Amino acid sequence: MSQIIEYSEKVMDHFSNPRNVGEIENASGVGTVGNAKCGDIMRIYLDIDENRVIQDCKFKTFGCGAAVAASSMATEMIKGKSVEDALKLTNKAVQEALGGLPAVKVHCSLLAEEAVHAALWDYAQKNNLQIEGLKAPVNDIEEREDISESIGTQ
Amino acid sequence: MSSLIYLDNAATTRVTDEVYEAMQPYLKELYGNPSSIYRFAGESRKAIENARAAVADFLNAKPEEIYFAGGGSESDNWALKATAFANREKGKHIITSTIEHHAVLHSCEYLEKLGFEITYVGVDENGVIKLDELKAAIREDTILITVMFANNEIGTIQPIMEIGELAHRSGILFHTDAVQAYGHEQIDVEELNIDLLSASGHKMNGPKGTGILYIRNTVKIGSFIHGGAQERGRRAGTYNTPGIIGFAKATEIAKRELAKRCEQERRLRDYLIDRVLTEIPYTRLNGHRDKRLSNNANFSFRLIEGESLLIMLDQKDIAASSGSACTSGSLDPSHVLLAIGLPHEIAHGSLRLTLSDETTKEELDYVIDELKKIVERLRSMSPLYEDFVKKGEQHESDYRIQ
Repeated sequence: MSQIIEYSEKVMDHFSNPRNVGEIENASGVGTVGNAKCGDIMRIYLDIDENRVIQDCKFKTFGCGAAVAASSMATEMIKGKSVEDALKLTNKAVQEALGGLPAVKVHCSLLAEEAVHAALWDYAQKNNLQIEGLKAPVNDIEEREDISESIGTQ
Repeated sequence: MSSLIYLDNAATTRVTDEVYEAMQPYLKELYGNPSSIYRFAGESRKAIENARAAVADFLNAKPEEIYFAGGGSESDNWALKATAFANREKGKHIITSTIEHHAVLHSCEYLEKLGFEITYVGVDENGVIKLDELKAAIREDTILITVMFANNEIGTIQPIMEIGELAHRSGILFHTDAVQAYGHEQIDVEELNIDLLSASGHKMNGPKGTGILYIRNTVKIGSFIHGGAQERGRRAGTYNTPGIIGFAKATEIAKRELAKRCEQERRLRDYLIDRVLTEIPYTRLNGHRDKRLSNNANFSFRLIEGESLLIMLDQKDIAASSGSACTSGSLDPSHVLLAIGLPHEIAHGSLRLTLSDETTKEELDYVIDELKKIVERLRSMSPLYEDFVKKGEQHESDYRIQ
């Protein structure tokens, strides 16, 4: 029924002791990506101050071990960062910070990147801000062309 | 309580002491090749023929109808491909179900590529094959019906006797993949109208890499593995003497203990099912409530994902399995759970617990307690659960057991 998936120590650590799980009431920005059909949904909450610095960051994830770990790691990596720096978070950086992900789980790190972008987009929309490089989120990452390609080549 | 609580007996089982001891002499002492002429090898040959008789006895078959093979998947491949090849002049149509093991489904896909036509008959919400659909699928050129005895994921037992009757009334061969049922259920090939049956050793406390194909002696099919005269020329390869002896010993024990074992497992399984359904909200049982393997329980916990559940159970030394996509290496969850009508998101949150005769009530109590905590924790982390709670649990009734 199953195939063997080996996770790195870092992934197991973030899965077992996820950082920043929860919700933020009246968050500056909230982003939800993924779909239940594929088995992964990520939601990220951001609390951003007037200097556009991420003061707090929380997540909730429905998904596998890698999805939980990637969300946890992504929140750690953007906490305390400026909006502009947070926008530079890439799935590759999340993967590297996690000590690598099994090939079939790479899409989990893409989902984390996308969730951060979606939350930033929500923040920008609410505050009528233009943030350079920030695009409207794609709710279902499978629809994003460059990602579909990279998933297809695994 | 030993440190590991093993509830994945549908994946594989522990070889029992009695089986282990029966196999040992054939590894180091009686290692002769049973096909050789000298007396030393004769001992092994005799042991194999006794083993064959024991297996035949369990199935109410004749010893010459039992063929030793390398496992359940091999037997399924053999049964389907050899039957198709032997009957291709007669017809090219095969009927199976949507919830078969991949050993059958992928063999069917292979045969489709060679020009055979396959009808996949659906199942109801409990995983029972739709007999009217099966009946309607029968054609002039149907050569084989292959339906599993009991499902490996949800445990549902199929109406084998009726399927066999249907097949025989139309002069069609009937094969059943009995890998999960052999050694766990009474099987009488005469009574059940079975022409071919696959079974595996390691699902019933026998050794891995062993299996049988029962071929009714009126069925004419060819060899699957060529290269020797073993198994009446139908399955070449040096006899796996210890494996065969182990398979037969496991069969003998299964026959001896069957009623007692089923009763004991069923009692504990029902205890497990009742407690989980009562104590963990938004949970459903997958598979038929009664017509199911005595050791199988399969649940869907709504709003959580199966792989996370398995890892957390593993951290509590509980071994189980799931039908979630994340454990199947694809984006789709188990074909069986989808076939019984579960939406993807509910299929993702499935958990299969399969007991053995060594499982205790104390173990299950521990598992249920941990499971409650883990499901609660995963739900507290799930954005779907958050939305669900905010929506006021209006769909609650959808997820009660039927």
